[in-house]
Amino acid sequence: MINFSRFVLENGLRVLVHEDDTTPMAVMNIMYDVGARDENPEKTGFAHLFEHLMFGGSINIEDYDEPLQMAGGENNAYTTNDLTNYYCSLPAANIETAFWLESDRMLSLAFSKNSLEVQRKVVCEEFKEHYINKPYGDVWHKLRELAYTTHPYRWMTIGKELKHVEDATLEDVKQFFFKHYTPSNAILVVAGNVQVAKMKELAEKWFGPIPAGEKYIRNIPKEPIQTAPRFLDINAKVPVDALYKTWHMGARLDNSYYATDLITDVLGNGPSSRLYQSLVKEQELFSTISCYHMGSIDNGLVVIEGKLSKGVKMEDAETAINKEVQLLLAENITQKELEKVINKTESMIAFEDMSVLNRANSLALYELLGDANLMNSELENYQNVTLQDISTTAKEIFKETNCNTLRYYSEL
Amino acid sequence: MLDRTVAPPILDSVDFDLKLKKYDHFLLDNQTPVYMINAGAEEVASIEWVFNAGNCFEAKNLVASATNHLIKNGTKTESSFEISEFFDFYGAYLGTGCSNETAIISLSCLSKHLPILLPKVAELITASVFPEKELSIYLQNQKQRLTISLQKGDFVANRLIDVYLYGENHPYGKFTSLEALNAINREDLCSFYSDRYVNGNCQIFIAGRLPSNIEQLLNNNFGNLPFVNKKASSINYLRQPATEKNYTIHNDENAVQGAIRLGRPFPNRHSEDWSKMQVLNTVFGGYFGSRLMSNIREEKGYTYGIHSYVQSHVNESALIISTEAGKDVCQATIEEVWKEAKILREELIDEEELQLVRNYMVGSVMGSLDGPFQIIGRWKNYILNGLDDRFFYKSLDTIKTITPNELQELANKYLTEEHFYHLTVF
Repeated sequence: MINFSRFVLENGLRVLVHEDDTTPMAVMNIMYDVGARDENPEKTGFAHLFEHLMFGGSINIEDYDEPLQMAGGENNAYTTNDLTNYYCSLPAANIETAFWLESDRMLSLAFSKNSLEVQRKVVCEEFKEHYINKPYGDVWHKLRELAYTTHPYRWMTIGKELKHVEDATLEDVKQFFFKHYTPSNAILVVAGNVQVAKMKELAEKWFGPIPAGEKYIRNIPKEPIQTAPRFLDINAKVPVDALYKTWHMGARLDNSYYATDLITDVLGNGPSSRLYQSLVKEQELFSTISCYHMGSIDNGLVVIEGKLSKGVKMEDAETAINKEVQLLLAENITQKELEKVINKTESMIAFEDMSVLNRANSLALYELLGDANLMNSELENYQNVTLQDISTTAKEIFKETNCNTLRYYSEL
Repeated sequence: MLDRTVAPPILDSVDFDLKLKKYDHFLLDNQTPVYMINAGAEEVASIEWVFNAGNCFEAKNLVASATNHLIKNGTKTESSFEISEFFDFYGAYLGTGCSNETAIISLSCLSKHLPILLPKVAELITASVFPEKELSIYLQNQKQRLTISLQKGDFVANRLIDVYLYGENHPYGKFTSLEALNAINREDLCSFYSDRYVNGNCQIFIAGRLPSNIEQLLNNNFGNLPFVNKKASSINYLRQPATEKNYTIHNDENAVQGAIRLGRPFPNRHSEDWSKMQVLNTVFGGYFGSRLMSNIREEKGYTYGIHSYVQSHVNESALIISTEAGKDVCQATIEEVWKEAKILREELIDEEELQLVRNYMVGSVMGSLDGPFQIIGRWKNYILNGLDDRFFYKSLDTIKTITPNELQELANKYLTEEHFYHLTVF
């Protein structure tokens, strides 16, 4: 059970405090309700570019990192298609430094031309390092475009193309900031060796004076239901063939989410999973295979991906995956398998909750989903999944018409 | 009125009095040492069985890592699938890992499942059989993984810089090759397993919120195994560094970046310079605000990241600068690295920057001691390197007291361009 207190400032900023006096450290986590899905299709990669700009100094403080490091702190941030999250941890005695730094960049960035210039280049190098200069680096770019025709999940957080980031102007960047980086669009979590009353006082002092800004109303086109399977064949200079299949699944808050999560575990999480056991170990068709889902807030994807063993034909590999999926639909999973994946989930949650940093992050995420209390009922949600739920959900997801297949052929 | 230009007062973290929580120590009936941190709020446990079974003990390349990996893939009574199914069923994670000197088996689980899981780990340590089929699948998949990795400039660069520094027969310079994968067989694994695990030297590190009978549990399961707790036989660490210092490798014609590695030999943790170098290295390229990051990433945008570090080998090590930079700016990146090194050799670090680094480093040690797993991890590192908590307190003291003059001396001793190997892989 994770305890916390919650209050809302007048400008709409939601604040959560989680006390833990067993650590000398404190964590400040600010989650902004903006991700790549909120971008203009002609200007993608902005949420992530922004993550970089947020370290380029704010209106009253020239440099973000230096004062934090002086206070003994460390920080980082990440951007997904759904959200942007900034976090820092520092000795609890210096927590006010975090309030000072984070509130100033919520108030306004410095918007320096030079910072934009440099971070554009850095992001372009990041793009190259992860998505161009790596075998299979372009897979997610292709997979997203194949699976989504309408919803902005069709581009990656790094951006659809380098050009969007290269062309970003200071004016674009300012607009994006004042639209999304407002108190009412953010959740602040303070956790660790801190006291609620003091945190409330500091939150009022540093974040209270920030103008509320205009509330951003999200209006994202829904992905239409897919009515026919889609296929894409690619030839690339990679040493082995690879196969990727995706199916549309429910949204994060749908009832089917927990069953879906467990299904992907049964199929493809770890050495005792069905796909690994059958396709890697018994039939030796794949050298690696896994099944997972994107866990995104809007309707996401279930993914099966694997690299074929040398000499195996693509169609044989694909037939074998389809057979496993059919077997699941025809016979469902066993009680023992269900118990296994629920046990795995219980253990995973316990390990995740060990660090204050993770706890702060989870509290922010569940609050973003609607209520931080959801964090405490999560295990129960998994424990309540029945074999019938698994069967119903599997049948909903693994429809032939709902499937996208990317065959990635080796040219070498 | 709130003045946001003024920073709130801070407590310099050099004023924090950090303590490293001491471990509990006991011996099992067969003299196997156990190091334990019993703490934490969650009912979870993490155990590592550490054997002297790293690749420096193998007669044939890759035998140590293959043995370590396949130890969980079949015993006299159970198949690979049955074993993984068993651990998975209890939501436990069974891991293996092989490094230069040691190889480990690790278990993370909910504490309540320890009594049922420990006997199974004991079985892996005494009755693994290394089935031919498991080995052949493993080798096949490793070969495939290798061919993919060899396409990556950073992977190729990491291998080559170690070869230049140590030589390819040195435990730290050896690497995976198709030939070596083809050469190993089941007998190699069985005999290495018997020498290095069944009758090997074992140390146990355990942390988490543990049951009150943990001593008895460990003793019942591992106290009667035939471990031979003798000292490790001597190892040939003959360094055969390359004579040529500069390399440009063309690995992928479509590369849009170059993987740069600059490296030079450095002593091990027992050297007087070790702790001091941690401070100089932090200033140079060891954290986000470092000189290299500020100049090469934050000012020039040549790279997504650039880092320098001292390798954490037991016997001897190396100082490495590592980055992936745009193809057209690789040369300029290397020039900037040496410009920054020259500044450190010629100019004293100003007090404010040094204070910042001191605070950052102490804060980071403090953060790294958060929780029982982190604490046992630090202890394990010390014990395996023949150190004790004096090293911890001495390192902290070095961070707090080292002077700009000492740092400059150190820069003149180690940040010297002519002693480095220069490698760029495109």
